[in-house]
Amino acid sequence: MNENARRGVVREINGPIVTIRLPGVRNGEQVRIGLLGLVGEAIALNGDEAVIQVYESTEGVRPGEPVEGLGRPLSVELGPGLLGGIFDGVQRPLKEIFLSAGDHIPRGLALPALNREKSWHFVPDTALKSGAELLPGSRLGRVQETESIEHRVLLPPERGGTLLELAPEGDYRLDDPIGRIRGADGVSHKLKLYHHWPVRIPRPYLRRDNSIEPLITGQRIMDTFFPLIKGGKAAVPGPFGAGKTVVQHQIARWSNADIVIFVGCGERGNELVDVLETFPQLQDPHNGRSLMERTLLVANTSNMPVVAREASIYVGMTVAEYYRDQGYDVVLQADSTSRWAEALREVSGRLGQMPVEDGYPAYLASRLAAVYERAGRVEIRGGGNGSVTLIGSVSPPGGDFSEPVTAHTKEIIQTFWALSKELADARHYPAIDWVNSFSGHIRVAADWWHRKVGGKWEQRRAKALALLAQDVELSRIVNLVGPEALSDAQRWELEGAALIKEGVLQQSALDPIDTFSSPEKQYLLLKMMLLIYQKGADLIDLGVPVQELMELPMLAKARRVKQLYNSEQTEKLRELNEEFIQAFEDVRMEYAKFKEHRQ
Amino acid sequence: MSAREYRTVRSARGGLLVVDGVPDIAFGDRVLIRDHRDRKRNGQVIRSAENSVLIQVYEGTDDIDLESTWVRFLDQPLEISLSPELLGRVFNGIGEPRDERPPIVSNIRRNVNGSAINPAARTYPRKFIQTGVSTIDGLNSLVRGQKLPIFSGSGLPHNRLTAQIVRQAGLVDEESSFSIVFAAMGVSHTDARFFEEEFASSGVLGNVVMFINLADDPPVERLAVPRVALTAAEYLAFDRDRHVLVVLTDMTNYAEALREVATAKGDVPSRKGYPGYLYSDLAEIYERSGRIRDRHGSITLLPVVTMPSDDITHPIPDLTGYITEGQIVLSRELHNQGIYPPVHILPSLSRLMKDGIGRDDTREDHPRVASQLYALYARALETRNLASIVGADELSAQDRGYLAFAEAFDRRFVSQEEDEDRSIIETLNLAWDLLRMFPKESLTRVNEADLTKYHHSGKD
Repeated sequence: MNENARRGVVREINGPIVTIRLPGVRNGEQVRIGLLGLVGEAIALNGDEAVIQVYESTEGVRPGEPVEGLGRPLSVELGPGLLGGIFDGVQRPLKEIFLSAGDHIPRGLALPALNREKSWHFVPDTALKSGAELLPGSRLGRVQETESIEHRVLLPPERGGTLLELAPEGDYRLDDPIGRIRGADGVSHKLKLYHHWPVRIPRPYLRRDNSIEPLITGQRIMDTFFPLIKGGKAAVPGPFGAGKTVVQHQIARWSNADIVIFVGCGERGNELVDVLETFPQLQDPHNGRSLMERTLLVANTSNMPVVAREASIYVGMTVAEYYRDQGYDVVLQADSTSRWAEALREVSGRLGQMPVEDGYPAYLASRLAAVYERAGRVEIRGGGNGSVTLIGSVSPPGGDFSEPVTAHTKEIIQTFWALSKELADARHYPAIDWVNSFSGHIRVAADWWHRKVGGKWEQRRAKALALLAQDVELSRIVNLVGPEALSDAQRWELEGAALIKEGVLQQSALDPIDTFSSPEKQYLLLKMMLLIYQKGADLIDLGVPVQELMELPMLAKARRVKQLYNSEQTEKLRELNEEFIQAFEDVRMEYAKFKEHRQ
Repeated sequence: MSAREYRTVRSARGGLLVVDGVPDIAFGDRVLIRDHRDRKRNGQVIRSAENSVLIQVYEGTDDIDLESTWVRFLDQPLEISLSPELLGRVFNGIGEPRDERPPIVSNIRRNVNGSAINPAARTYPRKFIQTGVSTIDGLNSLVRGQKLPIFSGSGLPHNRLTAQIVRQAGLVDEESSFSIVFAAMGVSHTDARFFEEEFASSGVLGNVVMFINLADDPPVERLAVPRVALTAAEYLAFDRDRHVLVVLTDMTNYAEALREVATAKGDVPSRKGYPGYLYSDLAEIYERSGRIRDRHGSITLLPVVTMPSDDITHPIPDLTGYITEGQIVLSRELHNQGIYPPVHILPSLSRLMKDGIGRDDTREDHPRVASQLYALYARALETRNLASIVGADELSAQDRGYLAFAEAFDRRFVSQEEDEDRSIIETLNLAWDLLRMFPKESLTRVNEADLTKYHHSGKD
């Protein structure tokens, strides 16, 4: 046992909340409880007593059992071997637990997060010489963590000084020393391939930087209509069954991030299994490697202890910041922040704190904001940039977006992908509703699209949204008095909106071609639908009856284009555009003849 | 250490006892209570402090006095005995026999709270279960290891549908040896008898284990029922390699009992007075279903949730829907039109369907046919709304086509007899009969190959 540890006793057990007597314990300190050695964290102090939230079930714990203060806050291990892994809410390695303990998670089991036996091939930075002055968090060298990800070995963020020694290239295990540094305190410290960091403290960086490019997800409604940027904050709220999980999985699969961290907090076990089973077989669309090589899972499913659920987001975020500090663009997905908020509520309720809205504690909004604010694009200490993009799903009770978690989240984030029950019921997927969704990143995204893809992105996006807004208006009229009340031009507007909905917005995650759309394909598809609409509208202006246009076979064909040609076959889309233009030209000629004939 | 009995009950109300002056008692321990007439009751410690404990009494606290009530701490959690002999038996909510036969004797005893399955130990459910009900098999397919609740309302035929599923459920390619764990919480005597007779008449009784808590049994006991039942199910599935179908009816009664006890404990209420931990509590139950790596058996969960006032946003169905892998929603409107089973397909969903259907499991066109039917039916219902405003005569020929489709869909596809066991192929062929009401061009969700193969006039 740790000699710094202080001893005390259990006084009361109330579910996951245990009151202990342990003089000198600090708020946030880890405490080991009882004969089983359950781990928890001090959240309130009162004289000699402390209130501990315990990460595991407290069944069987008795008053009078011993407790031990561990002298440090909840921390994670950061080093090679994280990627491809699955950890619980306090970073215990679930695969290793399965191997050593079987189907169920036993209590009081302490396994290190990172494998101590495995050797890594360390290559020191050639520029580093003994005697070099290093800033905290500087880069020492690299390790090939997976085939596609090079792990940059960093000094711990609070440890700078004079480099005394750095190991030569070679194979090292995590606990092997790879160097020594003399800190400002004049003491020599050993360096290893990994270090610890407390999860509730954001990892330091040099300064915040502006985000400059969108996160491309390959999902048309997100990229083209409501873009998110690297380093941005987004929320995906939706009632159950609206497709939150599929949206999250699609982002994890197809986005152009370097690293994807998926925090399943309080959600279904099978969803994580789905990722664990399918990702190793899927290819990263950007480099062709197995997706699992860039993915890491933090799993605290709904049936796992609620206190560890509260911790899981911080664990995921700290790991995300660690890869950010290596210069990577990281996407952190939290599914779901509502379950995280409920964990806060449960603990606060058991502490008898005054509830404010729907039983949530008064600090809900500030905690949420503090978590989201850890996202961002920053200049890192080793030079260059890295970013953490945070995408939180929200599960509003009854699908009511005015409830506290959704309402507070909405004030914090800049991209809001609102899922709608009505769209999901009609099997319009992704069920992201274009009326309630928004993005605060249009200007940054437009810059990028105009430079990289095409100059009319912003204009076409606006045009399409206007058509969709018009559709809402007109549909209301149709529902009141029937379609006969509309003019030909208005009925064509409905058709134009339908083309955008079915030909662009609807995207099947299950279709092998449609599941990912490159920016160029997105741009061309939108162009195609708008072109059809515009050409048709011109003909209607000339007097061609709408019925005639509605019978054009191209309308059905245009809806299927997204599934016919993949992102490489953009030439086909261009050809098809020409074909459609010609078809309209034919109608125009025919109509002109018909009119001539009549006169 | 706790063979001693204590007569130091300080308060008794709402199914809860506070006992003072006891030694250090473990949180979660079982308790035996003897009242003034020497009747035994069971309880569990739900809060433990240095000198006093809070006990939840499964049989309730009616007719208890403070002076002559004795409490004995058993120094063990709530456990049940497990053996294959469970099958064919009837128990109460805490696993005591209800059928006047002796208790189960076994050296395998397990804590009813179970412990969380390691997500890394699970395998993804993929095996199609044929229930013989078109709206489920065709459009919301159930797979082995799934948790798929039935959202119903008072007076709707959820019991009949559940019984039909239990009777007909089989796996397409294996001999269908489902064992059934039936857990009733707060159901009426009539409903309990209906199920018993159903099981008896279909000859599966020897393959069923029942845990019954009736409407006039103590509500606190309801809190134990699903946990006890799932402990039995886990044993049958993962120790005995069986495929287990667990029916939990009715989860609404369970949640109400939870609210009752929470209120008595003084927990901070959240929505509609339900405690803030209702989600976690329900998840502890529902998440015990599934499949585990290298184990042959599986647990498929069919909870019944009656939605208070048919409100799907009520906390119980709402939180259930967030945990389960979809839902089958029954509609009062269809029921009133005499359609059985009145499954409303638009709000119904099976999240695991995509991995359990298609060429290797059912038929290659299945996913696209389902998608096409959904799209057409959604459109058809819009048209029906429109027709109710402007009148059917005002509709275009195309819209009248949709109306006819909606009618045919309700009457022919949704509707079926209670003893009609349709194979998945019959269901898909029936679907094509309906799709043929439309020209090929308007079926945009199926592909060319499907159209060539199945969209032809006349029968083959």
